[in-house]
Amino acid sequence: MTDSEGGPDLTKDGPEDTVPAPASDAGRPLVVVEHVDKHFGELHVLKDINLTVNSGEVVVVIGPSGGGKSTLCRSINRLEPIDGGKILVDGKELPQEGKELAKLRADVGMVFQSFNLFAHKTILENVTLGPIKVRKQGKQESEKHAMELLDRVGIANQAHKYPAQLSGGQQQRAAIARSLAMRPKVMLFDEPTSALDPEMVNEVLDVMTGLAREGMTMIVVTHEMGFARRAAQKVVFMADGQIVEENTPDEFFTNARTDRAKDFLSKILTH
Amino acid sequence: MFDFGPFFDNFDEILNGFWGTVKLAAVSAVLSLLIGTVLASFRVAPVPLLRVLGTAYVNVVRNTPLTLVLLMCSLGLNDVLALTFSDNPGTTYYWWAVLGLSGYTGAFVCESLRAGINTVPLGQAEAARSIGLTFTQSLRIIILPQAFRAVIAPLGSVFIAMIKNTTVASAASYAEAAAAMKSLLDLPSFTSGALPLFIGVAIGFMILTLPTGFFFGWLHKRMAVAR
Ligand SMILES: Nc1ncnc2c1ncn2[C@@H]1O[C@H](COP(=O)(O)OP(=O)(O)O)[C@@H](O)[C@H]1O
Ligand SMILES: [Mg+2]
Repeated sequence: MTDSEGGPDLTKDGPEDTVPAPASDAGRPLVVVEHVDKHFGELHVLKDINLTVNSGEVVVVIGPSGGGKSTLCRSINRLEPIDGGKILVDGKELPQEGKELAKLRADVGMVFQSFNLFAHKTILENVTLGPIKVRKQGKQESEKHAMELLDRVGIANQAHKYPAQLSGGQQQRAAIARSLAMRPKVMLFDEPTSALDPEMVNEVLDVMTGLAREGMTMIVVTHEMGFARRAAQKVVFMADGQIVEENTPDEFFTNARTDRAKDFLSKILTH
Repeated sequence: MFDFGPFFDNFDEILNGFWGTVKLAAVSAVLSLLIGTVLASFRVAPVPLLRVLGTAYVNVVRNTPLTLVLLMCSLGLNDVLALTFSDNPGTTYYWWAVLGLSGYTGAFVCESLRAGINTVPLGQAEAARSIGLTFTQSLRIIILPQAFRAVIAPLGSVFIAMIKNTTVASAASYAEAAAAMKSLLDLPSFTSGALPLFIGVAIGFMILTLPTGFFFGWLHKRMAVAR
């Protein structure tokens, strides 16, 4: 159930082939998380987290529920403030709340488990809103780009519908297009397929795999092993607010180093 | 007892009174919507001072009788402090009645709207922030439009109450329908037909309020956000 092999031609490629070498800046550290601590009241949710994600890299974050994966994602674009340490995106630390933050935050795309498309706006309006209001791009140019993106995620024909009229898989693809419209430097995915009916999981994973191949830097919280194996260079196993293991996908799923990870894998693999 | 004669004899004056009611209600509806929106924005703002201001305003105004609010405007601010809008007493009392009624109704609009904001899933605001909208932008473009749609029907009730509340403005020297009725009743020549007069004026109010209710109910269905 957790291992969902996607499009027929995608699974054949090893991770090496799926990584293009985009631009000259490939390999440059794009997201740097240093000694990050975070509490919710008494609860210590992130404990001295250190993580570097290089440009063009795809990192899968996996681990038991409540381990702090969502909080880590949300901290990276400051939907949650952190108590200690620092997070750099493309060399810049995100400022405190304010206009400055709002602008920089758009460089970090975020795709949520529950899609969170703007319910009172059409799919096209969802995708053009950020470019028009934040990037101050013209309406025509924004719509043209939006239609290209919707076409790319395969829902151009749904552009004038409202989110509630689309299936979950289509909504999530629209949400991905909405993020892409901001031309983010890095995309965060927080369990993008966990709210979907099984038959819609692959259509979303295929879009994500395509993105990974084109060199998008991605941090993906997911238990989809097939995706991790074909698209990711690194798996980060998180539990109890700590990064317990960092490994390559193949090593991690076949031969995890830590007992905590082995124990977790045995649980998700039993069904 | 049921002599509708005096009612129709004085129909012009009553109609005039209702015109005063409509002028007061229509302008107050727009203004209270504005005031209520600003107050609701204050109450959910990330700035603590704004939240305190919004909360204080709503709690003070909502718990003060409207008669007091309007008398404070007309007698207190206008007459005693001489804060007038115009040299024409009719005009200045009109604007004070508008301000008083709008300021009062705005507190109720704010509370309806706040209930509406609570129906908007948290994820909507998070998605708005994640694409780089500022707090004000996400409130204006994402949250408030959805909140409004959720509370159109309750807002209808607020406006119906407001239309009826215009009668209190007669206490503050503003001539609307109830004032017209009272001045007719006070005429020495007016000896019979008080009951028909009441009934006539009551029907007049229903002509204003019933369509308001229907309209908001219709709008509510039409504008509902599907989730
Ligand atoms: N807003 C919040 N307030 C209080 N506790 C929270 C909040 N968000 C998450 N938590 C707690 O923090 C811990 C980590 O949560 P989360 O990051 O969502 O984990 P995961 O995504 O790995 O399941 C959990 O124990 C959760 O209950
Ligand atoms: Mg989570």
